[in-house]
Amino acid sequence: MNSGTSAIIAVVVIANALASLWLIWWTNKSNAGKAAKETTHVWDGDLTEYNNPMPRWWLWLFIITIIFGMVYFWLYPGLGSFAGSKGWTSAAEWKAEDDAAAAALEQRFASLKGKSLAELAHDPEAMSTARNLFALNCSTCHGSDARGAKGFPNLTDNDWLWGGSDDAVLQTISQGRDGVMPAWGQVLGTDGVEQVIAYVMTLSGKQAPADAAAAGKPRFEAICSACHGMDGKGNQALGAPNLTDDVWLHGSSVKDLRETIANGRTNHMPAHLERLGETRVRLLAAYVLSLSHPPSGGSEAPHAAAN
Amino acid sequence: MSHDKVEKNIGLLGVLITLVISVGGLIEIVPLYSQASVVQPAPGIKPYGALELAGRDIYVREGCYNCHSQMVRPLHAETERYGHYSLAGESVYDHPFQFGSKRTGPDLARVGGRYSDQWQRIHLNNPRDVVPESNMPGFPWLAKGTVDGDLVAKKMHTLRILGTPYTDQEISDAPGVVKGHTELDALVAYLQGLKFRGDGGREAKP
Repeated sequence: MNSGTSAIIAVVVIANALASLWLIWWTNKSNAGKAAKETTHVWDGDLTEYNNPMPRWWLWLFIITIIFGMVYFWLYPGLGSFAGSKGWTSAAEWKAEDDAAAAALEQRFASLKGKSLAELAHDPEAMSTARNLFALNCSTCHGSDARGAKGFPNLTDNDWLWGGSDDAVLQTISQGRDGVMPAWGQVLGTDGVEQVIAYVMTLSGKQAPADAAAAGKPRFEAICSACHGMDGKGNQALGAPNLTDDVWLHGSSVKDLRETIANGRTNHMPAHLERLGETRVRLLAAYVLSLSHPPSGGSEAPHAAAN
Repeated sequence: MSHDKVEKNIGLLGVLITLVISVGGLIEIVPLYSQASVVQPAPGIKPYGALELAGRDIYVREGCYNCHSQMVRPLHAETERYGHYSLAGESVYDHPFQFGSKRTGPDLARVGGRYSDQWQRIHLNNPRDVVPESNMPGFPWLAKGTVDGDLVAKKMHTLRILGTPYTDQEISDAPGVVKGHTELDALVAYLQGLKFRGDGGREAKP
């Protein structure tokens, strides 16, 4: 706002307040000390009304309101670009609020700092916090029971696309992951896709036409093995799934496999470190790992997995 | 001027009322037209691309604003949940803005990158497929509708008249950009673009 505009606004606001004061004084003056007189309003031929002065308390309310307004304009921004004597801004108020919350969080998490994921997983209070964090941040995709859905990995089965070590899980949550299966429909051709489907199904022991599977094997070894490995056991460095187990992220039907192989799949896990911060990411990693490795040796299933 | 004259002359009364009310408008609204923080784009804010623009109009058409706001207020609880509070300069290319006033669903000003494209597609088709307790309606027809490229180009042309700096090139390319995309693609592209760009240090990675 330039200073000219600012000055005009300030002048109009002050003039308004003064005009209100004058209006109160002026309308009140004409009645002061005089007997109530009749207005010229007449209804039904003989009904008239008095013009009595306003009750004092009401009059004072007007005056107090104006004084309040002027004090407010002195303390807070409002008069053009005058920042107010307190220098208040909504951004600074938010910052103070945010800093206080961050400090409180820091204090709350102080005891959890530096603990390993295994230690965190054995801390019932930490895990109770982690459960809430999971429900708030992870369950929208992975489900409130963490068992995932088609296209969203199951986190309870100890089967890991990007690795199940502490570091790998921390990396996944912190920085996110991008899983990309390219589309091979053009390269393989319609028949080629069907053959590879047949071969892939045999990898996990499913029934498939033997001749198609045999024809699919060299194609698999020429193309798919680059990521999924010659034995089809996948590669966690690339997020390429193991095809020999019976865990299917995008479905195991011929139709699903056709879509996966011919048109490809892209899967995206968003990064969470920026938003949640180190401690909460570690809590979540510990919680996620505890789903596959129950801390008490398997006798007691974690809460979410039991649901 | 006496009370009588004002009360008995409806034309004069009207003129005086208009004068009094316009003082508020003049000093509260008019100066905003020249205030940089309101009319200049915030850092990193660019005009919508052709597909995002088409998606934005689908957002408006389907009435998403009835349940979703796009205005993160500067309160800790909101910035904790959604991200950086909204800046006026983020909405300079929104005609009209989608601030909204009702949150039956969550605020969407920072939803971009929160979920994968695939999640958004499943969720828009039928929200209960991914969020069982959701009460949001499904929008299954979006996957069948296609985006009209010529219409998008026309809209960009009109927006340019309103001050959005589209180049001739961008407008003539628009039909090609949206070609073959469904309404669902467009809406997902729009939603994934709703993120804070003003301060590179704080923005979550896509």
